[in-house]
Amino acid sequence: MDDIQLLASIEKYLAGEMPPAEYAIFDALRKKTPEIDQMVVEHKLFLHQMDSYVAYQNIKHSLHEAHSKLLETGDLNEGGEVSTKVQVVQLWNRYKRVTAIAASVGGIIALVMSGLVAYFSPAVNGNQIQQLSKDIEIIKRNQQYQGSLINEVKSKIPTGVKVISGGSGFLIDPKGFIITNAHVLKGTSAIVVDSKGKEYTAAIIHIDLKKDLAILKINDEDFKSLKSLPYSIQKQNADLGDEIFTLGYPRNDIVYGVGYLSSKTGFNGDSLSYQIQISANPGNSGGPVLNNNGEVIGVLSTRQAQADGVSFAVKSKNIYEFVDELKESDTSIEKLKLPTHSAIRGVQRKQQIIKVADCVFNVKAFTQK
Amino acid sequence: MKVEQNEQALLKGLANNDSRAIETIYKDNFNMVQAFVLNNNGSYDDARDIFQEAMIALYEKAQSESFVLTCQIKTYVYSICRRLWLKKLQQMGRFSNQVDNLDETIPVEEDLEIHQKRNAEFVIMERAMNSLGEPCKSLLEGYYLKKMGMQELAAEFGYTNADNAKNQKYKCLMRLKKLFFSQYNIGE
Repeated sequence: MDDIQLLASIEKYLAGEMPPAEYAIFDALRKKTPEIDQMVVEHKLFLHQMDSYVAYQNIKHSLHEAHSKLLETGDLNEGGEVSTKVQVVQLWNRYKRVTAIAASVGGIIALVMSGLVAYFSPAVNGNQIQQLSKDIEIIKRNQQYQGSLINEVKSKIPTGVKVISGGSGFLIDPKGFIITNAHVLKGTSAIVVDSKGKEYTAAIIHIDLKKDLAILKINDEDFKSLKSLPYSIQKQNADLGDEIFTLGYPRNDIVYGVGYLSSKTGFNGDSLSYQIQISANPGNSGGPVLNNNGEVIGVLSTRQAQADGVSFAVKSKNIYEFVDELKESDTSIEKLKLPTHSAIRGVQRKQQIIKVADCVFNVKAFTQK
Repeated sequence: MKVEQNEQALLKGLANNDSRAIETIYKDNFNMVQAFVLNNNGSYDDARDIFQEAMIALYEKAQSESFVLTCQIKTYVYSICRRLWLKKLQQMGRFSNQVDNLDETIPVEEDLEIHQKRNAEFVIMERAMNSLGEPCKSLLEGYYLKKMGMQELAAEFGYTNADNAKNQKYKCLMRLKKLFFSQYNIGE
């Protein structure tokens, strides 16, 4: 009985539940009696052990519960029977992150791919821009049509050759130098036909693919040099809104077109060319673009496929650069002198056309078999 | 940084016996340990025992104030489990050299030693409790484990009043102490 009372006191003492007066008495007793002191220390240790044990039991219990719960939700699997419902939930839980990642990756790839396609396709130009040279099939048709003419005048196209491409071209020197687009001349040789249907053989002197310009020289005996050219070739840039006209050979007869300068840069900001609003067709390539004063401001070259009437012309100052470069390397064209004076300034358009038409040629390129 | 904070929060939860934290740690690590044990001659029950023991070791570690975990929970738990399981395999004479050694582990010998010493103390306490006999065992469990009040206990065990119950509790406690210390001192 005494022991129990003592134990009760010790527990109260350690828990701090003793009233201060009693606490002091007990403290004194503890100091006086080593046995009691020993009992207090011992009990303190025991209570600590007890606490730890309780905590240990509790955490064990919690772990056990967690284990059971996770087994139920399917997060853990101990190889026992798993109901299909749980299995589905488990699969979903297990793979939802993977699924989400896979979906995101798929989405990103799709975006990147479409981005790349969008980024690279303008470089290829695709169908957005169309060169205005005539392709083989059109030429073929033309050749059939020409069949009737051949009986009258013997064609200068050698027999057994294939006409590959064609377009327009115009004189830049009275002695028979003709400028056209590089893409018009896909073959190795060319003939030119004037507005009256007379053919002349021509040599390809130089092709510059970057500027998309080429120079031909009529080397036919039938060709008679002109005294001078009616138009000049402009050195400066033309202005927005300038009224322009062109002459070319989208078919075998010369065709006149009129329009205006709509931009000082060409397709996708290309500073080598102008954008012009004019109706142009395959075959117009290489034709001159003139302003009201009878000055050549450019060489008609391409058109935008999806837009109506949007065409592009290589700026005339490129002709100067092109010729200057050539003169440095090729002595045969030393005599070439670009016209700087327009003789048809202030003349009625009809008269201008008559004069200019004489200098615009239908160019046909072919390959010797 | 976020992961670290997250782990610290989880450990705090574990130290406070928070069921959500425990479940999270459980979920994140159990399957790895289970796979390890199963791949090395163990059963599902072995995996469970080993894992729970490692969790208790982590719990004890997390409870000390100065505690800072220098690695990921995952690494720690795996290291403890690995060590425990290899030890168990050795004891059973079933040691296999094929234990895969590729996973990241940290030295946990010291922690394990402390843990096992404490475990031994708990075993003594448990044994002492179990040899008390009824109603002493239930009475003490009610008071210390379930934190029931004297009044409640008196009602539960059919004592006429709380004082009687309290008296009985002290009697039981004295017996438990005796049992415990006889074992405890031998253990030391």
